[in-house]
Amino acid sequence: MTDRVIYAMYDDDDVLKDGAKHLVAKGVKVEEVFSPFPIHGIDPIIGVEQTRLGIFAFIYGLIGLTLATVGMRFFMIVDWPMNIGGKPNFSYMENMLAFVPITFEFTVLCAAHGMAITYFIANRTLPGMKAQNPDPRTTDDRFVIELRASQNSKFSAAELESLVKETGMVEIEQKEI
Amino acid sequence: MHKEAAIREPLILGHKTFSDVTEDVCRPIEDKAPKTWYVLFGIALIIGIYGIGCILYLLGTGVGVWGLNKTIGWAWDITNFVWWVGIGHAGTLISAVLLLFRQKWRMAINRSAEAMTIFAVFMAGLFPLIHMGRIWVGYWVMPLPNQFGSLWVNFNSPLLWDVFAISTYLSVSLVFWYIGLIPDFATIRDRAKKPVSKKMYGILSFGWSGRAKHWNRFELISLVLAGLATPLVFSVHSIVSFDFATSVIPGWHTTIFPPYFVAGAVFSGFAMVQTLMLVMRKAMNLEAYIHTRHVEYMNIVIMVTGSIVGTAYITELFVSWYSGVEYEAYAFINRATGPYWWAYASMMTCNVISPQLMWFRKLRRSLIFTFIISIVVNIGMWFERYVIIVTSIHRDYLPSSWSMHYPSHIDIGVYVGTIGLFFVFFLLFARYFPVLPIAEIKSILKSSGESYKNSPNTHKETVKPTPFIQNVKEVKAKLTRDELSAKTMALISKLGAVSEETKDNLKLISGVGPVLEGKLNKIGIYTYLQVSKMTTEEYHLLDELTGSSKGRSERDDWAGQVKKLMNKSNNQ
Repeated sequence: MTDRVIYAMYDDDDVLKDGAKHLVAKGVKVEEVFSPFPIHGIDPIIGVEQTRLGIFAFIYGLIGLTLATVGMRFFMIVDWPMNIGGKPNFSYMENMLAFVPITFEFTVLCAAHGMAITYFIANRTLPGMKAQNPDPRTTDDRFVIELRASQNSKFSAAELESLVKETGMVEIEQKEI
Repeated sequence: MHKEAAIREPLILGHKTFSDVTEDVCRPIEDKAPKTWYVLFGIALIIGIYGIGCILYLLGTGVGVWGLNKTIGWAWDITNFVWWVGIGHAGTLISAVLLLFRQKWRMAINRSAEAMTIFAVFMAGLFPLIHMGRIWVGYWVMPLPNQFGSLWVNFNSPLLWDVFAISTYLSVSLVFWYIGLIPDFATIRDRAKKPVSKKMYGILSFGWSGRAKHWNRFELISLVLAGLATPLVFSVHSIVSFDFATSVIPGWHTTIFPPYFVAGAVFSGFAMVQTLMLVMRKAMNLEAYIHTRHVEYMNIVIMVTGSIVGTAYITELFVSWYSGVEYEAYAFINRATGPYWWAYASMMTCNVISPQLMWFRKLRRSLIFTFIISIVVNIGMWFERYVIIVTSIHRDYLPSSWSMHYPSHIDIGVYVGTIGLFFVFFLLFARYFPVLPIAEIKSILKSSGESYKNSPNTHKETVKPTPFIQNVKEVKAKLTRDELSAKTMALISKLGAVSEETKDNLKLISGVGPVLEGKLNKIGIYTYLQVSKMTTEEYHLLDELTGSSKGRSERDDWAGQVKKLMNKSNNQ
């Protein structure tokens, strides 16, 4: 099925934000915003939810912590207890202090890398992927709002267009996809 | 929106617009590299290759080619290792700790400081690896059971902690750096004209499109990684110091080591950042982004950490006497008055006295002075590690085994070689990577940029950069609109007026981007023929009108360039 997409381009982030506010207030669903840098405060306006990456990072960190603890207990206490300078490795708790640095490092390692991998997969940004910004200038100094006709069925294409034109945009482009 | 006090100096000078930021950072990547770059790169490469040769000779012959002996088992190798790790502390400190503290000035330097960090840690990692002698069994430091039984690596040993600390630090810094680079690679990709660079930056940018949701995730991951990297920065050098602090050698067995090493690392790291930034800002015309204020902030950090280091030196001396342990006391007396007194004296002068000069505002705002001090500090910090390592062990408990350390030419070659390799990496970075975080700079442009800063509201009417006339008026307050139009008239009458329909692609002239082309068109310059008529006088007029950097158009020889372009199109 073909869908009609409207790209409205702005040359200022604050103007775009006001424009988006205006559109949303009129009941228009804003599909996407493309910008060269994060526009603070745009997320609640267009209904982008706060990401859960932080929770993921915490979980990855816990996994790292567990792995490091279990691993070092096995290596140093269970499998091959060593007697270093007359101080034998009897129990994990007695030797725990010596394991703190590696436990910490491994926790950070897992949290950071797990989070980064999740970030790339969630974004679908991986090496060799095609860029999807509608105009090359959106990574320079232009800001684009994307509207889809299918999501705004209560407005006709002409109505959408005139609504968008009220918002101080600088260029408009329509596409069938 | 976050607002800054009006009396604060703007962080970005010169009334930049969003696209100016893009232009300023991408221009050096897109233009041909200057001759100096090739010269520097060549020198660095030769030194680096010499270093690699020394390393290969060492691996083929054995660690015996270093000037080590039975008494002095660690000398230049570990000194260099700790020195490089220390330098590698500033980058992540700047981008992580200063991000958590919302210090916006970090944005001018964090990208290149982090690059410096990563390359410095590469160099640091080389030393323990080659110190193993048999580098091909280097994987034995990983927790693998010995193939003859079930003996594991010793998790109680600080040397193994080091393996984990350095590798975690390196890989997390790398990820942190790269995640920040992706949006900027996308900017370069979208501007690239040559298919090869478009393809390369397309791959490097992972298909970044700047969606709102992506930016949302981007901001969070930057924050969380900063939160993770902050304790990491402090832990890495603490763990490096455990290599010494957990031993029983007088002079090493000191509880003050972890904080003292961390302060020293930040101290030397910032010094190295200063050395590199002061050259880079000039060479790449980034004076508007990295200016005296930034240098001053960094000098204050150097002053504070330098003072911490100085306090630590004196505390150490005091405690060695106060402890009443003869061996401990002797280690320090020997440092200061023994055969290595000169190393101790240079360490004290470079690290304790020189940063104190930064109390003077004049000095810490002087770029030349800063540059000199930054090099002095790095020399001093190398001596600090040398003093700690060599002077503590060269006279051990048994006077018959007392010895001196004389570096062999391989010692020197490997060390100098790593400096060469470091600059090879850094020069490649400066050539092909965005050296400023473009996206982040744009996001602070409205709160810290010169044109936006003191305007009552940051909204369209007042702020919207009407690029041409308004900017010129601000830069050169004397030119009024009438004078401007008079000058435009003068220029156009000399070059000949044409209509917009006959327009040529002026972007093909090296030195002209889309923005400048727009400005030229606004003045009324549309065709090659017009540009080809330009002489010195016209260049000056034009510079005044566009408000762009003085003499750039003349240096680039636009007239000559377009004549070639015209010939080309005639031949086709």
